[in-house]
Amino acid sequence: MATIEELESLRWDLRRDCVDIIMAGAGGHIGGDMSVIDALMTLYANHLNISPETVDDPNRDRFVLSKGHAMEAYYAVLCHEGYLDLDDVKARFSKFGSPYIGHPNNKLKGIEMNSGSLGHGLPVAVGMALAGKMDGRDYRVYTIMGDGELAEGSVWEGAMSGGNYQLDNLCALVDRNRLQISGSTEDVMKQDSQEERWAAFGWNVLSIPGNDVRAIDAALTLAAETCGKPTVIILNTVKGYGSPVMEDKAAWHHHLPNDEEYAQIIADFAAHKEAING
Amino acid sequence: MANKIANRKVICDTLLEAAKTDKDIVVLCSDSRGSASLTPFFDQYPQQSVEVGIAEQDLVSIAAGMASCGKKAWAASPASFVTTRSYEQCKVDVSYSNTNVKLIGISGGVSYGALGMSHHSAQDIAAMSAIPNMRVYLPSDRFQTAELVRALVADNKPAYIRVGRNPVEDVYTEDECPFQMDRATWVRRGTDVALVATGEMVRHAVDAADLLAEQGISATVLDMYCVKPLDAEAVIEAAGATRAVVTVEEHSPFGGLGSMVAQVVGEHCPRPVKCLSLPDAPVITGTSPEVFAHYGLTGVGIAKTVAEFLGN
Repeated sequence: MATIEELESLRWDLRRDCVDIIMAGAGGHIGGDMSVIDALMTLYANHLNISPETVDDPNRDRFVLSKGHAMEAYYAVLCHEGYLDLDDVKARFSKFGSPYIGHPNNKLKGIEMNSGSLGHGLPVAVGMALAGKMDGRDYRVYTIMGDGELAEGSVWEGAMSGGNYQLDNLCALVDRNRLQISGSTEDVMKQDSQEERWAAFGWNVLSIPGNDVRAIDAALTLAAETCGKPTVIILNTVKGYGSPVMEDKAAWHHHLPNDEEYAQIIADFAAHKEAING
Repeated sequence: MANKIANRKVICDTLLEAAKTDKDIVVLCSDSRGSASLTPFFDQYPQQSVEVGIAEQDLVSIAAGMASCGKKAWAASPASFVTTRSYEQCKVDVSYSNTNVKLIGISGGVSYGALGMSHHSAQDIAAMSAIPNMRVYLPSDRFQTAELVRALVADNKPAYIRVGRNPVEDVYTEDECPFQMDRATWVRRGTDVALVATGEMVRHAVDAADLLAEQGISATVLDMYCVKPLDAEAVIEAAGATRAVVTVEEHSPFGGLGSMVAQVVGEHCPRPVKCLSLPDAPVITGTSPEVFAHYGLTGVGIAKTVAEFLGN
């Protein structure tokens, strides 16, 4: 368990690791990495009942990164948590023959399922949650989707079955950064009224500031305490969060910083951390 | 027709038997338990059954999620939907993530007859075979279906199984059903032509061999229930012992058994190859027997084509 203060400091280190991985691999989905990394970090630090020693334990909690393109953020968290080695990831990410690809690879320690094509994580998580109920195990299942991903019809098949089976061991998180590759989600395909949409499918809905570590931590606790229905946490985030160089800019969906941008981004992370730690 | 038991019912019976001692077997349907003949499983093992509604993508992903947690997931839906509608889920969640999901395609080929092209699965062999780590099986009769399902229950790898809707005439008997996993079954050995067939077409190939024998033509019949992994060794042996190879399948002319057999024959044991199949077009309206007769996929039709092919 980490304190909120520790997490508020740690998240800048993880962002730096994430950007360094992207630089090493000469590419990555940096905008979505930055919006989702606070939730990933908090989930692994304080909520997922899993460790590098228990990756095969049938009672472990399960996590599926449905927005698989946020893999660089996931690498940073998995390295910090001891599943993978950061230096090795940085040395080989996206290189010829590397296992460290741009989406989840379940041949790597700690990764349950492959993803990449969108709209798969939630139905898979429903299956994991159903299996847990069937076996009387008390593990929980989590998945994180992007908001652009919600245009995939298969998301709503999963939402339907999760609600139908009242899977209170299931928690979905939506990285609602309001941008996708072509621009605003509201211009590409409206994703408004998410709270009402999920509630209509029988879900407990929590909508929070998605880059607020304290709010994320509290929402995940609330989700675990909810009985009789699955929970969705709408993370109202900022794409590229952490540096004005990339914040709220659709062009940074997949973008490699140049040397000047990289220096500024790292300086901004350091300033954030400095402000936390005084 | 002597046999009244459809292969889909045999799948259910075999899973019912296996589930007596294996609580990890789960069956998933997409409003398809009746058409899959799996209602008895849902009734007898409700705690090991999952209904997902008319949502085939969900069906496959949920099955994969359950399998990743140790379940032996059998997901049944019409062959046309569970393969091509759920294709990406089969590719990513089952094959790529390597989950123990057995995909049962019911009412395969042209089983749905007059319901039209939306319900026919003439692309499933090609589509599923193109996915790495996906095996493709088309059992020929009820006895082989039972053998195949027993073998698949015992392994933990992805597979797709296609069966037809209606009972088919037996190829084997209860006492005589030679079966070796991933090895074609030699139904008979001949010296003039090798008939390589899969699924319901095996019975018709046997009928053709009988008719050809009356004309003095000696035919091998190879039951290639394992389309992938194809038993290349058997194909090479059959081709090597004959003058020509004829494949028979209830599928598009592209990417199915014929394509795969021709690849093997061309590379290892060149012989003239003729591929019999459905056309590259929506099939004519009719029952399976009517459709097969129309396209020359019955014993009479196959024998006629083979005789002409050898004559040339």
